[in-house]
Amino acid sequence: MARNWMDYKTDAWVQWCPACGNFGILTALQRALAELDLPNEKVSIVSGIGCSSRIPYYIKTSNVHTLHGRPIPVAQGIKLANPDQVVIVASGDGDLLGIGAGHFVAIGRRNIDIKVILHDNAVYGLTKGQAAPTLPLWFKTKALGQPNIQSAVNPLLLAFASGYTFIARAYAYHIDQLKEMIEAAIRHKGTSLIDVLQPCPTYNDIMTKEWYEKRIYYLDKEDPSWNPNIEKPEDVKKIPKIVEKMMEWEPRIPLGVFYRNTMVEPLDVRIEKIMPGYLQNPPARRSIDIGGRALTNPFVAFKDRIVTT
Amino acid sequence: MEELKTRRPIPLSTNYAIAYAARDLDVDVVSAYPITPQTTVVEKVSEFVANGELDAAFIHVESEHSALSAAIAAALTGARAFTATASQGLALMHEMLHIASGLRAPVVMSVAMRSLSAPISIWNDQSDIFNARDAGWVIMFVHTAQEAYDTVIQAYRIAEDPSVLLPVMVAYDGYVMSHTTEPVVVEGRESVMKFAPKRQYPYRLDPDRPVTIGAIVPPEYYYEIKYQQVKAMEGALPKVDEVDREFGKAFGRSYGVMECYMCEGAEALIMANASYAATLKSLLPDAWKQGYKVGLLRLRLYRPFPLRQFVEYTSNVKSLLVVDRSISYGAPYQGPLANEIAGAKLKEDLGFNLISVVAGIGQRTMENEDFIALARLAWEGRTRKFPETVFYGVRE
Ligand SMILES: Cc1ncc(C[n+]2csc(CCOP(=O)(O)OP(=O)(O)O)c2C)c(N)n1
Ligand code: SF4
Ligand SMILES: [Mg+2]
Repeated sequence: MARNWMDYKTDAWVQWCPACGNFGILTALQRALAELDLPNEKVSIVSGIGCSSRIPYYIKTSNVHTLHGRPIPVAQGIKLANPDQVVIVASGDGDLLGIGAGHFVAIGRRNIDIKVILHDNAVYGLTKGQAAPTLPLWFKTKALGQPNIQSAVNPLLLAFASGYTFIARAYAYHIDQLKEMIEAAIRHKGTSLIDVLQPCPTYNDIMTKEWYEKRIYYLDKEDPSWNPNIEKPEDVKKIPKIVEKMMEWEPRIPLGVFYRNTMVEPLDVRIEKIMPGYLQNPPARRSIDIGGRALTNPFVAFKDRIVTT
Repeated sequence: MEELKTRRPIPLSTNYAIAYAARDLDVDVVSAYPITPQTTVVEKVSEFVANGELDAAFIHVESEHSALSAAIAAALTGARAFTATASQGLALMHEMLHIASGLRAPVVMSVAMRSLSAPISIWNDQSDIFNARDAGWVIMFVHTAQEAYDTVIQAYRIAEDPSVLLPVMVAYDGYVMSHTTEPVVVEGRESVMKFAPKRQYPYRLDPDRPVTIGAIVPPEYYYEIKYQQVKAMEGALPKVDEVDREFGKAFGRSYGVMECYMCEGAEALIMANASYAATLKSLLPDAWKQGYKVGLLRLRLYRPFPLRQFVEYTSNVKSLLVVDRSISYGAPYQGPLANEIAGAKLKEDLGFNLISVVAGIGQRTMENEDFIALARLAWEGRTRKFPETVFYGVRE
């Protein structure tokens, strides 16, 4: 029997402000899991610290709430030990692009099959509205004493430069489209980013629903021939256009899948090459004992190294 | 008249009192990263910067590691640098804590003490500070918002003293102090700067005399450099006392390095710091009424440890109960402070019975009767041994 999104709901009280964009992300994620009919225990959602990072409490899967900036390394540990687990990092822009930015870059290089959902509200919601790394230069949201003097980092370009092989941007209030992007990311095998523009009605009084809705458009609606797939060597010709679209921001903000490269080996395939048998018998499923007895006896294994006096 | 007006106390939380101190000290560089329950300190400081009351460079960094790095570098150029943090922020700074003391950077940092993950807790205890105690910083605990304001001012005098040149942490309880309001006399820029004028940092990074700081040191020298820190820490002890006395002369308030409260005639003492010390001050009279003649030994200066005062206050009591709000898992006494006190007792050949109590972990509530219960325990300790740490208030 196919699952429906209610099967991924917990009964925890959802602690977000009214109209927070996080609600849309939560619903889209639950629906995407249902659409793919994923067994609850086969999915792990890993978060850092922030408003957005409470999302594991609301989804009935095997989750970890980690430290500020550190969900990615934890997610990698889960994925390396359990290569067939669906591992999703869901965290804030401060968490992933500020304090944890080193990890954000590092997983791209590995093309490990982890899906990063970036809750991009351009502020530190939980600590009451300071500027996050995606807040544009000179914006002065309501908690700032002075306008922001730092430029925004472009999450799409950073992911691209780091080696992510699936890169998309969504809008938190467009649940259907976001749900589809999450499904596409889960189906893709490799490091994936969905940058979700997430209004924070409490602290981001500039980048509001109205602000976004005046600017956003979908790449594939605007240009029906839009095809983000890199599947064969000559497709690299598409890259300049893809990068150009990633750089577009004001006055219009494109949404959709920007880039999907299936030509790069994911990490598990690389590991299998140097560690044959890894995929068939990954660490989490390896037995280390039988009936309490270790599988290897060091006195036998190191017999020729034992020094006797 | 004007003078009197400015000296009227105003209602401030400990966080705000610290921000006012930073303002009055005319700090040049503030670098910080938000974390509960510290955030309102730097929020207030950034407000002072934005409205022109403080002319400082405010660096918005991306983590506490960077916050302290920037503050250290600023101090090494001769600027007066300030930062503030708590909990995971202090833990993340750990590497830089040792850099600050090793490079002798006179940074001052306030810490709104909070528990550490995992599991996640945003509430108060003192695990953050006690995990940082061996990083070579001068550490002072304060028990009122006024003392926080005053101690941050004293801290710069201590840190920047050419005979000390060590970083200083001023620590207080998260929430219980950081977010509660008390009357505070704010002295203002002029008198504070008269008391704690900026000093030329003797070894500063100076474009006219280029040097490299932080270079690698071979085994032939490393030890001596670390030993200089030992000496600096020892030298800081009389300095803290002296600065506190001078502060008293200038502003009419001084605290000593260690305080003994209701110790006259007491047969037992409770050693506590920060908000627990404040609470005990209000409850000890009740304990005495119930027949427990117990005094409070308030730990103010923790590093360097004021051993002479400690001996003086404890040499005639029968028992000393040490309250720890942090756990040293698996240690002989599992309260880190109690463990140290056991060392001091042995070293100085002191006769009291030591009782180690862990309480308030993750801000487990301590009601008035719980403090009275501690007084009773201290009292019982005169005639009874408590060989193991008491985990007060835990459900097993
Ligand atoms: C090491 C450390 N420093 C600071 C904090 C305090 N803190 C908690 S969440 C947060 C920022 C949250 O912003 P973001 O990641 O954008 O998430 P949002 O709340 O906006 O969803 C900060 C600074 C912390 N928990 N740990
Ligand atoms: S502060 Fe902003 S991000 Fe956090 S729950 Fe409220 S609306 Fe959402
Ligand atoms: Mg955010």
